[in-house]
Amino acid sequence: MPTIAMPELQFGEVFANIDLFLEACGLTLALWAVALAAGLSGGLLVGLARLSPRRWIAWPARGYVELFRNTPVLVQLIWFYYALPVLSGIQLPAFAAAALALSLNASAYCAEIYRGGIQSVAAGQWEAGRALGMGRLRLLRRIILPLAVRRMVPAFTNRAVELAKNTSVASIITVHELMYTARLFSSQNYIPMETFTVVAMIYFLLIYPFTLASYALERRFAAGRA
Amino acid sequence: MGYVWDFFAVARNADILLAGLGQTMLLSVCGIAVGVAIGGVLAAMRLSGRRTLSWPALAFTEFYRNTPPLVHFFWFFYGLPMAFGLTLPPFAAALAALGVQSAAFFAEVFRGGILSVETGQWEAGRALGMGRARLMRRIILPQAARRMAAPFVERSFELVKTTTLAAALAFHETIYSAMVIVTQTYRPLEVYTVVAGLFFVVLFSASQLAEWLEARGRRAGAR
Amino acid sequence: MTVAGDVVLQVEDLHKSFGSTEVLKGIDLSVRRGERIAILGSSGSGKSTLLRCLNVLEMPTRGRLILDGEAVGKPAAGGATRYREAELNRLRARVGMVFQQFNLFPHMTALENVMEGPLSVLGRSRAEARRTAQRHLERVGLGGKADAHPARLSGGQQQRVAIARALAMDPEVLLFDEPTSSLDPELVGEVLGVINDLSEDGRTMLLVTHELGFAYHFATRILFLHEGRILEDGPPEQVLKSPREERTRRFLDRFTAFRF
Ligand SMILES: Nc1ncnc2c1ncn2[C@@H]1O[C@H](COP(=O)(O)OP(=O)(O)OP(=O)(O)O)[C@@H](O)[C@H]1O
Ligand SMILES: [Mg+2]
Repeated sequence: MPTIAMPELQFGEVFANIDLFLEACGLTLALWAVALAAGLSGGLLVGLARLSPRRWIAWPARGYVELFRNTPVLVQLIWFYYALPVLSGIQLPAFAAAALALSLNASAYCAEIYRGGIQSVAAGQWEAGRALGMGRLRLLRRIILPLAVRRMVPAFTNRAVELAKNTSVASIITVHELMYTARLFSSQNYIPMETFTVVAMIYFLLIYPFTLASYALERRFAAGRA
Repeated sequence: MGYVWDFFAVARNADILLAGLGQTMLLSVCGIAVGVAIGGVLAAMRLSGRRTLSWPALAFTEFYRNTPPLVHFFWFFYGLPMAFGLTLPPFAAALAALGVQSAAFFAEVFRGGILSVETGQWEAGRALGMGRARLMRRIILPQAARRMAAPFVERSFELVKTTTLAAALAFHETIYSAMVIVTQTYRPLEVYTVVAGLFFVVLFSASQLAEWLEARGRRAGAR
Repeated sequence: MTVAGDVVLQVEDLHKSFGSTEVLKGIDLSVRRGERIAILGSSGSGKSTLLRCLNVLEMPTRGRLILDGEAVGKPAAGGATRYREAELNRLRARVGMVFQQFNLFPHMTALENVMEGPLSVLGRSRAEARRTAQRHLERVGLGGKADAHPARLSGGQQQRVAIARALAMDPEVLLFDEPTSSLDPELVGEVLGVINDLSEDGRTMLLVTHELGFAYHFATRILFLHEGRILEDGPPEQVLKSPREERTRRFLDRFTAFRF
C-alpha cells in the first residue's frame, strides 16, 4: 500500500495574494453584468417573438432558443472566439467573444422565462383587457407583464446564478477573469488545492446572495398566492 | 467577405470526433449514476428530520449549487491529488467533480418530488399502520417519481453539457477531440460548428423524446 | 375477548398543544365496544385533534391512551409519553381512520387501495387481500369500480372506497373525521348511507360530523366539545334535546334547519 502523506496546506500564501483574485473579480462581474442585462432585454424580445402568431417570427425565435439551450456553453464560447474575427474582419479581445456568447446564451434562457411567465397569466386577464379596448402592446405593458413579472423574478434570479457560474468558462478562451487567474496562480505556485478552495469560496460569496434572494422571493410569492 | 468554408477537413477526422462523443456519453452516464447515488443519500439526510444529518447535507448542496463546476473539475484534478502527492486520471477527476456537483442538484430534485406529495398521503399510510420505509416505497415514491421525471431529465441534460468542461483536464471527450482536430487542420470554425451541431442533434432529439415519454406518462397517470 | 360492552378504548387526562396554544385541555373518555359516538363542536374546538390523538397521528402532549386494556407508550418525564414507532404502527392497524379529504392513493386502483393495508401491513397473501378487498368494495356499493383510479371517481365514490380501505383492516375502532364535509350536497346521502349500514356490524365507531340529523339516528352517544374540553356527554335524546350547558344550546340553535 502506498503511503499517503497528510497534506500541509498553505492557505496563507493564497491569502497573501488575495488582491490578485479580488481584482480578477472585476472582469467576472463585468461579464456577468453585461450578459445579464443583455439577457433580460434581449430575452424579452425573443420571448415575445416566440409568442407571435406569425410563424416567420415565432419559428426563427424558437430555433435560436433551442440552439442555445441544447449546446454546451463551452462550445458557444469557443465558437464565437473563432468566429468573431472571421465574421467581423477585425481582431477582437476574447472578452468580446465571451460577452457576446454569454449574452446570447442568457437571452435564450430568459426568453423561455418570459414566455412561461406571460403564458401563465390567465386568459381572463387578456379578455378583460381587450374588453376595455386595449391594444395588444398596451395590454402587454400595462396588464400582462406586471402580473407575469412577479412570477418570473425567482426564475430570473436563478438564471443569474447559472450565468455567474458560466462566466468561469470564459477562462478557457483566455479571458483573464477569476477562474483564469486561479489557474495561473495555482500553476505558478504549486498550491492548486488551496487556490481552488479559496476561489470556490469567493464564487460562493458572490453568488449565494442571489440564491438567498430567490428563496425569499419564492416564499413571498408562495405566501401571496395563498 | 472571403472566408471559404471547408467541412471536408472535419469529415476526414470524423472518427476522432465520434470517439470523443462516445467518451462524452460514457462520462455522462457514469456522472448521472454517481450523482444519483450521492444525491439520493443527500436527499435522505435532508429529509431525515435530524439536524446532525440535514444541516451538513444542506451546506453541501448549497455550496455545490452555488459555485462553478469548472472550479471543482480543477480542484479534483489538480488540487486534491497534489495535496496528497497522488495523481488522478482525468476521467476519474472529471467523474468525481461531475458526480459531486450534480449530486447537489439531484438531491434537490428528489427532495422536491418527495415534499410535493400531499401530507394526506403520509397520514393515510400511517393510519393504515404502515412503517416509514414501507410507506415511502409503496405510497410516496411512486407518486414522487412522476413529478421528479421532468426536472430529473433537465438536470441530466445540464450534466451532459457540463461534461465538456473535462476538456480542460485533457480528457478526450468531444471538445478535446475537436481541439486535436483543430491543431491538425486549423479549421476551428468548421470543427466547432460541427461540434455544436452534434450536441444539438443529440440533446434536442433526446429532449423531444423525453417530452413525448412524459406526455405519455401523464396520460397514463390520468387514467 | 370481544365481549360487547367492555371498554375498548380509554383516554385519561389527554392534553395536546401546538406550540403555546393548548387545543385539548384534559380529555377523559372511555369508549365501550360497539358504541357509536358522534362528536360535535364548533370549528376549532379540537374535534379533529382529539380524533387524531386516538390513533396517534398527533402525539398527545400529556395523558394516557389505553387500547384493549393495554397502555400505549411508556411514561416519560413531565406526564408525557414516549411512543415507539413499531408500537404505533400496530395500534394504527387496529384503529382505522376515514379522512375528510379521502386521501386515497392516486396511483392505485380502487381495489389496490383497499388491498394495500391487508397486503403490506397484515401480511395477507395477494389472493386473499384481493378477495376481501372485492368484498368490501361491494359492501360500499362499488364492486363495479374495482379497476378505476381515484381520479375517475366522484367524491362520494372516493369516500366510499376510503371507507372500504379502512374496513379491510378489520379495525376494532373506526374513526371518521367529517367524512361528508368536502362532498357536494347531493353526494352526502350515499356516504352517510354506507356509514349507517356499518352499524349492524357492532363495530365501535367515532364520528366527527356537522350532520346533526344523522348523528341523532346513528349515534348511541354524543359528545359536545368546546374549547378543548368535553362539555356534554350522553345519549342523543338528552344531548340534542335537553342539553345541560348553555354553550351546547347556543351551538344547537345555529342548526335551525335540523329536524329529528
Ligand atoms: N398542526 C397544527 N399546528 C398548529 N395548530 C393546529 C394544528 N392543527 C390544529 N391546530 C389548531 O388547533 C385548533 C383545533 O383544531 P381542530 O382541527 O382540532 O378543530 P376542529 O374542531 O376539528 O375544527 P373544524 O370543525 O374546523 O374541523 C385550531 O385552532 C387549529 O388552528
Ligand atoms: Mg376538523
